[in-house]
Amino acid sequence: MRRLRFHPCGNYKEDRLEQLFLFETDFGRACTLAGLFLLFVVLPLASPPYLIYVLNITGIAAIAALGLNILVGFTGQISLGHGAFFGVGAYSAAVLATRLQMPFWVCVPAAGIVTALVGLVFGIPSGRLKGLYLTIATLAGQFIIEYVLVHWESLTQGSMGIVLPQAHLFGLPVSSDRAFFLLIFGVLVAMTLMASNVMRTSYGRAFVAIRDNDRAAEGMGIPVFGYKLLSFAMSSFYAGVAGGLWAYYMRSISTEPFTLGLSVEYLAMVIIGGLGSIPGSLFGAVFITGLNEILRYLTDAMMNMGISSGFGLNLASLREFAFGLAIVVFILFEPKGLAEIWRIVRSSFRLWPFSY
Amino acid sequence: MDFFIHLFINGLSVGLLYGVSALGFVMIFKSSSVLNFAHGQLLAIGAFAFLVLVSWLKLPVALAFLVTLCGSFALGFAVERVFLRPLIGESLIFVIMLTVGLASMLKGILLLFFGGNLQTYPDFLPGWLAVQAGSVYIPPVYVASSLLGIVFLVLFGLFFKYSPQGIFMRSVADNQTAALSLGVHVKKVFALSWAIAAMVASMSGVMLGIINGINVHEISSIGLKVFPVVILGGLDSIGGAIIGGMIIGLLETFTSGYISPSLRDVIPYIVLVAILLVKPYGLFGLVEIERV
Repeated sequence: MRRLRFHPCGNYKEDRLEQLFLFETDFGRACTLAGLFLLFVVLPLASPPYLIYVLNITGIAAIAALGLNILVGFTGQISLGHGAFFGVGAYSAAVLATRLQMPFWVCVPAAGIVTALVGLVFGIPSGRLKGLYLTIATLAGQFIIEYVLVHWESLTQGSMGIVLPQAHLFGLPVSSDRAFFLLIFGVLVAMTLMASNVMRTSYGRAFVAIRDNDRAAEGMGIPVFGYKLLSFAMSSFYAGVAGGLWAYYMRSISTEPFTLGLSVEYLAMVIIGGLGSIPGSLFGAVFITGLNEILRYLTDAMMNMGISSGFGLNLASLREFAFGLAIVVFILFEPKGLAEIWRIVRSSFRLWPFSY
Repeated sequence: MDFFIHLFINGLSVGLLYGVSALGFVMIFKSSSVLNFAHGQLLAIGAFAFLVLVSWLKLPVALAFLVTLCGSFALGFAVERVFLRPLIGESLIFVIMLTVGLASMLKGILLLFFGGNLQTYPDFLPGWLAVQAGSVYIPPVYVASSLLGIVFLVLFGLFFKYSPQGIFMRSVADNQTAALSLGVHVKKVFALSWAIAAMVASMSGVMLGIINGINVHEISSIGLKVFPVVILGGLDSIGGAIIGGMIIGLLETFTSGYISPSLRDVIPYIVLVAILLVKPYGLFGLVEIERV
């Protein structure tokens, strides 16, 4: 058995590869395993159904946020169309399942691939545009996709929506919240692993190089356009898979949720979680979904007490306000997001109790 | 033919409004290269402030308009001071996301206070402003907004061309670092441009309110429609904003008249993507050339 790895008391790395370990120490590896055990065994058994529902929504949001972080945080291409890509994923899964009667395990990856193709198309402007011009192009993409989803009625049934069949996996029906919990979080863990591994390869480093200085990257021989397209495709793939899972989980979808507001919500997750940080995307998803649920609870409580009757207080406006406030506060005070806070907390515990 | 002329006039007036709404947006971009996603909310704040002053407090119209302009001047100043100043020199995504966050904050506040319903001003524009030419009737609002738009356009043109502050603004837009080292007070320029932009936005908001009635969602969506307009005209060109607005307005009305009304809201964005692919710096924008 090899020797356990701990934090060295200095930087003794001799090889570039040593910086790329997924787990820096064996303690981290053990903690991750323990965390996964808690996640998959203890949490589904111990929590009430409502919490499981919230967790499922969080898991789906986390998958989509991971994808957006690849594009925004690692490659530096700001996209305002992620909500629409999520919708494309949901609709492709729904159409494949209802029209072609494809099984669940085909539909969800296929939804990811279809969305990746759509993402490729909307990534093409990135060949000529960068920075805020690209942001505006993705904004246009959001509106165009939204329009197509609503008005291509022969395929999407417009505002009527589509009802999906029940998901089956290995011959077993996936119907209860608990079953979906295992499924969604299984996919989330796989996707997280995939993202963190891709970021350790030359592809990931090319993404980061493009983010930091695209001209220098081009000068170093990185085909910038190709990698930007790849990043768009990857991020849309994540959105598509998340959308497909969401469609199966909700069982009936309509065009309503996939608005610019959703895109902003994902961007908020990425910013609040931490740009260019994989755990950050997960934190951001937890934060935003949690905020959503807390606000829902608060408005319900106020509704019951009758405070809101004469006042225009409702969920929509309060949510808008709280989201905006959260984004602004994080940008002004902790632009690196929750991931940075987490790092600070961790490193202060690392040397505990002799933290000097 | 009559239908065509009707659409043409209608499109021009809608377009003029878009152009006027885009003015403030271009102001901010020109001086601080900040893409302001909260522009629609600035429009809405102006419209609602005027509503409160005119219909609730019953101030005379001219006074109310003046107070609205001054108030939004102060608001723009405050927004820059509190939210934008800490971000000078930060990377683009933070600035963009800050204005996105600001947009949803302001929208939330407006919805909390005024709700999502449509509200209207009392009718106060004099009838003699209307233009009647043959079968074509142009209501006074459009005439007033065209006049105001033209006045503001000329004023801004002169301001940017001749006044020291305007020249400072242009220099900051061109190159922040160089302007700083030449002794331009960049922070003051930013604050002033946000203040002026908010003022112009509130004026446009009042115009929009008079024509379409005031609704938070409606006006906010016009804030997004500013993007096709300014991209078409060139992000940093004030004249381009007006012309871009006209073109987009015409395009919208002709599409809804001849092709399909549902396409109306999405056609500007389709055009936007096309322009971005073919001529990203718009009709009158400054071309940035980059070579590796």
